[in-house]
Amino acid sequence: MDSSALFGISTMAYILAMIMYITYLAFRKEQIGITATAITIAGLAAQTLAIILRWKEFADLSGMGFLRSAPLTNLYESMVFFVWCLIIGYLLIEFRFKNRSFGAFVTPIAGVALAFIDLTGVSKEIQPLVPALKSNWLLAHVTMSFVAYAAFSISFSTGLMYLIVTTEKRREPSYIFWTLTFGIFMIVMIAMAIDLFSFKVAVKPDIFVKSYLFKTTFLNSSPAVKLLSWIASCVILFVVWQFGSLLKKVIQKVNIDAGMLDEITYKSIAVGFPIFTLGGLIFGAIWADQAWGVYWSWDPKETWSLITWFIYAFYLHGRMIRGWRGKKVAMVAVIGFMAVIFTYLGVNLLLSGLHAYGSQ
Amino acid sequence: MEDKKNKSIIDKFWDLLASVKLAIIIFALIALTSIVGTILEQGADEARNLQILAKLFGESVAPSLYTIFNKLGFMDMYHSWWFISILILFSVNLIICSLDRLPKVWKLISEPMAPSPEEKLRKFLITREVVIQGPAAKVRDTVADALKQLGFKSQEVTEEKGFQFFSQKGPYSRLGVFITHCSILVILCGAIIGLRFGFKGYVNVPEGTATNLAFADRGTRNIPLGFEVRCDNFDAEFYGMSDMPKEYRSWLTILKDGREVLKKSIVVNDPLTYEGITFYQASYGFMNENIDRGIFLFRLISANGQSSDIQLRLGDSFHIQGSNISGKILNFSPALRIDEHGHAFTYANQMNNPAVLIDFSESGARTLTGWILKRHPETWQLPNGDRVEFLDYWGVEFTGLQVRKDPGVWIVYFGCFAMSAGLFIAFFMSHRKIWVKLVEEKNSTRILVGATANKNRAAFERKVDTLLSLLGRKEKGEK
Repeated sequence: MDSSALFGISTMAYILAMIMYITYLAFRKEQIGITATAITIAGLAAQTLAIILRWKEFADLSGMGFLRSAPLTNLYESMVFFVWCLIIGYLLIEFRFKNRSFGAFVTPIAGVALAFIDLTGVSKEIQPLVPALKSNWLLAHVTMSFVAYAAFSISFSTGLMYLIVTTEKRREPSYIFWTLTFGIFMIVMIAMAIDLFSFKVAVKPDIFVKSYLFKTTFLNSSPAVKLLSWIASCVILFVVWQFGSLLKKVIQKVNIDAGMLDEITYKSIAVGFPIFTLGGLIFGAIWADQAWGVYWSWDPKETWSLITWFIYAFYLHGRMIRGWRGKKVAMVAVIGFMAVIFTYLGVNLLLSGLHAYGSQ
Repeated sequence: MEDKKNKSIIDKFWDLLASVKLAIIIFALIALTSIVGTILEQGADEARNLQILAKLFGESVAPSLYTIFNKLGFMDMYHSWWFISILILFSVNLIICSLDRLPKVWKLISEPMAPSPEEKLRKFLITREVVIQGPAAKVRDTVADALKQLGFKSQEVTEEKGFQFFSQKGPYSRLGVFITHCSILVILCGAIIGLRFGFKGYVNVPEGTATNLAFADRGTRNIPLGFEVRCDNFDAEFYGMSDMPKEYRSWLTILKDGREVLKKSIVVNDPLTYEGITFYQASYGFMNENIDRGIFLFRLISANGQSSDIQLRLGDSFHIQGSNISGKILNFSPALRIDEHGHAFTYANQMNNPAVLIDFSESGARTLTGWILKRHPETWQLPNGDRVEFLDYWGVEFTGLQVRKDPGVWIVYFGCFAMSAGLFIAFFMSHRKIWVKLVEEKNSTRILVGATANKNRAAFERKVDTLLSLLGRKEKGEK
């Protein structure tokens, strides 16, 4: 069995686990929860084996030695590694806090990431390395960055859940914030699904973003469809805003209390922030210094990592101000993860810079 | 807090500069303004940014928006006066907040521990109470052992009705935050030293020539190196037959006062440093104007096995030793491709697929004219069994070197190291204090535990519970 078959198995397992976790959340049957955990562990095992196999395939192909052949060199491989870290992080929390309810919020991130890979036609080929990536820093820089990204995405899930659980009134800024975030996320997903469905194309993600993204909806040549898309978006936003409290009732049913959510949010940021500082910013700077002769050049990727770093610094310091603890900093945690996504995908797909090779 | 009204303006100003609120305002300012800097291309031509603005906001408003952003310095914002002012404010905030808090924290660190009265012990955030059979003098040993087992070096005092142990761990972990904050200042200092006493530049060195100058990235300054750097050879390697680069390599020699002092071949990620100046492999190129001066390196192998290496120029003729074949170099293409009609054309102005057109003749009579390609050994074979191996075309490429001198880089690296250490201490270590009071009662001893931790209280609480279970187990064992 080769790595791609195993990757396929793990993707199926995670999507199945996602369904099981959501079912568990709805019916709260212990057996369903145990099955969900078992499927997740099986998926993780398959994925671990797949990563090791692909690593070996790459090492054999490139002849560059094991350390330099880490399968972390393009969008597909990094996304796979991100999901791997995320699932490990989630399982740690599940065992540590003896609570399965988060599964329904974390596994969808893994599912969406893997579906993004499959649907948008990210190249899964093993590609030879360009000269800039041939460095021992690749392994340390990329693994630590993605461990941090996974920790941040957990804080995003729990931060969002915290907001859902603690907000009371529809006019509260934090309620409006979370329903807006949730609604926009849904709109983007639906619009992308429509694009994929109507064009039926599998192209590189940068080409997809340039020539297909939102072309059936918001960027449609017909003004009527354009208008209709905006109206539909407003309706979705309104519906989420109107009925958001239903989601709160679902979460409250499964004995997740706000204090625990706040603690997990803080702890995953407290783990992610130092790792991100060292692996993402510092190792990245040392590597850039070796490759290009500048440890900091304000290129978009570097600047966006710094923006992300400042947002999480904002979170950590915001907790020390009276009246900020709780909802306000939870919003910062949610915004922080949006910056992470932009640093990881947005810069490569939308902005130009030295890191353009990431999307090849 | 109660004398807030009586504070002078200077005190209020100091408090503002030391405040966390100012810090998070600065974080937000840096983050938000930086976003603009990643959308507008920094230091690019006017046309490029006009195009970006037009794409985002429409053709009609782009020129006026450009004027506004340009006036505000957003076209080179990381060097603008206001961005540097934010960074200075950031540093001032870091310094003042450290000065403001350090004395209080130092007091917490250096304060010697003292035994605690019972009512105070009950007020700690972590408190436990158990009763164990046996006199205090005997239980005392069990407690001392258990504390030792958990890694606490404890002090002990004898009290009226028993004993009291107290101990602390990691008081210096309180300094983690200060180390992190100072490291940012160290990194900024290193960056300033690099900007003030170093330079960033580039130079293109053609194969076979030397230079003693570099050109600054910003501005038009020429930078004398104080020595010469010569490019002996440059080579770009590709994956298989594709144009995907595998490696760029320059063979460099450093000449000081005309003498060769250092030779090294550099690739991306492996630069050369001499006298504090570092040369990085950055780019390369083909020089059409040098095409007449370049030297072809051929290895000629006759059908009967005689081999000879020769060096030729464009237009030169050669004779294959041990054979009656001779050739004349007619043309050269740095990147040859054949179109569907069989016409040869040059598809790039880089040496991606170097090819040479040779006119062959046998005993003076023309036989064939054909392209020989460096990357395609199958084109080296002649019909009569002779071989013309195309090894190199030297002297027509230049290597593009990034040249940098940065005396501050080690200070920056030291700051980075300090930041990592500081963050590790700040997030993963805590100052923990524990008091264990033994009070003798009839036939038994009451143990009262009080404990505090400035971070991760839950983990310490579990540790205290481990301590209690250790005591319990000992007790059962002794029964």
